[in-house]
Amino acid sequence: MASSSSTAAPGTASHGAGTGRVRRQLPTSPWLFAAPGLLVVGIFILYPFVSTLVNAFTDRRTLIPGEFVGLANFRELLHDEMFWIGLRNSTLYVLGVVPALVLLPLLLALLVQKNIPGIAFFRSAFYTPVVASIVVVGLIWVWLLDERGLVNSLLETIGVGRVGFLSDQWLLLLSAMAVTVWKGLGYYMIIYLAALANVPRELHEAASVDGAGAFRRFLTVTVPAVRSTMVLVGALSSVAAFKVFSEVYLMAGPDGGPAGEDTTLVMLVQRTGTGLTGRVGYASAISVVVFVVTVALMLLVLRADRKEDA
Amino acid sequence: MSIAEKVREAPAAVEAAPRRKRVTDEHGRSVRVWELALRYLLLIAVLALTVGPFVWQLSTSLKGPTEDIFSSPPKFLPGEPTLHNYERVAETIPVWDYAFNSLKVATANVVTNCVGSALAGYALARLRYRGRKVTTLVFILAMLVPVEGIIIAQFTTMRELGLNNTLIGVVLPGCIGAMNVLLMRNAFLNLPYEIEEAAYVDGANVWQRFLRIALPSVKGTLAVVAIFAFMGAWDDFLWPLIVLSDPDKFTLTIGLNYLHGTFANDERLVAAGTIIAVAPLIALFACLQRYFFRGVGEGAVKG
Repeated sequence: MASSSSTAAPGTASHGAGTGRVRRQLPTSPWLFAAPGLLVVGIFILYPFVSTLVNAFTDRRTLIPGEFVGLANFRELLHDEMFWIGLRNSTLYVLGVVPALVLLPLLLALLVQKNIPGIAFFRSAFYTPVVASIVVVGLIWVWLLDERGLVNSLLETIGVGRVGFLSDQWLLLLSAMAVTVWKGLGYYMIIYLAALANVPRELHEAASVDGAGAFRRFLTVTVPAVRSTMVLVGALSSVAAFKVFSEVYLMAGPDGGPAGEDTTLVMLVQRTGTGLTGRVGYASAISVVVFVVTVALMLLVLRADRKEDA
Repeated sequence: MSIAEKVREAPAAVEAAPRRKRVTDEHGRSVRVWELALRYLLLIAVLALTVGPFVWQLSTSLKGPTEDIFSSPPKFLPGEPTLHNYERVAETIPVWDYAFNSLKVATANVVTNCVGSALAGYALARLRYRGRKVTTLVFILAMLVPVEGIIIAQFTTMRELGLNNTLIGVVLPGCIGAMNVLLMRNAFLNLPYEIEEAAYVDGANVWQRFLRIALPSVKGTLAVVAIFAFMGAWDDFLWPLIVLSDPDKFTLTIGLNYLHGTFANDERLVAAGTIIAVAPLIALFACLQRYFFRGVGEGAVKG
């Protein structure tokens, strides 16, 4: 942001340069330019955000305005088994997905970094899952991981036997994480590619001359050079992972499995707050927890970054 | 095959060091042949992993009703390819209506995002007025709000406006994305100010400067905004799932979820449905890759 404010400086300087003319800008026009954006963002993002914070302290329902109930919703959360299941699953999701999404796309970026023949094709192909809708991706993997699907056919062919990827509670969560990682690989690969392009070649060459192998060079040259990007990817992917909805919804079903054991927090928000009997107040309280954890995750990642600096 | 041929071509292309068993890349760094072979091997393995699932889905969608889709070892190619499943999916759910709904939503999202974020971005970058800093802050705050956390309140807001269960309701919350506004702002900030200054001296008013000078110079970023707006709307799931209740108004993603829930036992139908949903985006991506990649960079680094 610091760079952008300094870029604005030439505009300020132009005043001093003095063109000898009086500014004839209509006073209302800047607001005219910004108004549509401000309206949309105000009505559909910021107002719902504030109203979520307010509703969390009421017993509002879809059709009933509700009243202020203080901390009752949050007290209820403490004793709500489903909430703890959701919190557990969303947290596990972060722990499972983030390390994979920080490391694997970096390796992938190194793989496609060198301009060898046909590499543009591979880069594009690896990006394809990013373009597809999460619903398409979810349904493709539901079919691939089906009891009788391709993965199990292959496992049976090589003699491993069939695995109940979608029937076991933990395997399902793990499979959903794998799908999230699979869909995100190409996206973060492109981010890393941009970062890698800025790594001075001389560093690699110097390390090579010093006799560092590929693995040593990865740790001593590549990782330090792209560390800020790794932090960025860690922050982006952890926030996204904690808010996971679609993958688990599609693979485990709307109820998160027979007893809801694969429910994530956002699934719980959706299930609790919608419909004609939706408990808007209670769902808002869960949303507040989502906000708090999201912010905490961001701070945690940024702090981890600063500690490494010291 | 063609890849293998290209590999063999590569050493020949390097004339500088014909005697050594080494090829060099475009920066003059040496590449060993075995390393190159390993690289392609890995690339092909990852290719199978990333694109394979789509190909398998396509293959499933083309398999006839009598063909065993569960065989082990699996049969990768359909024995007698048929489009029968595509006809059947249209008989089961109004898939073309859903696709049209998705198209309407996506197109509207592109138009509103391009117009709205260009206007607001220009105001933030180039116009001087009291409250500009506050306006910028508003967009930054809005960008930081996790949408998943406010969907219930967005839904109640939509109900208050009487727009729930309408396609307009699907479009509205994201119709001018804060992130896009900030992207456009950065694009305008990166333009040299002198040109606009010259136009200002020549008496061009703010609209002329915006439309004739600034906007044509940020076409690239505008294309990025357009593409991501299209993709975002076409692929979105959670919000339309919440706001739409009437099956007549479903978008393609919601329709697919519905199809999966109701007819989960017919994998061929679901496969055909997913191919219908993903094909347009893959085509779009194939044509406009440059902007897709550029969008990732701009969105992640500057946003």
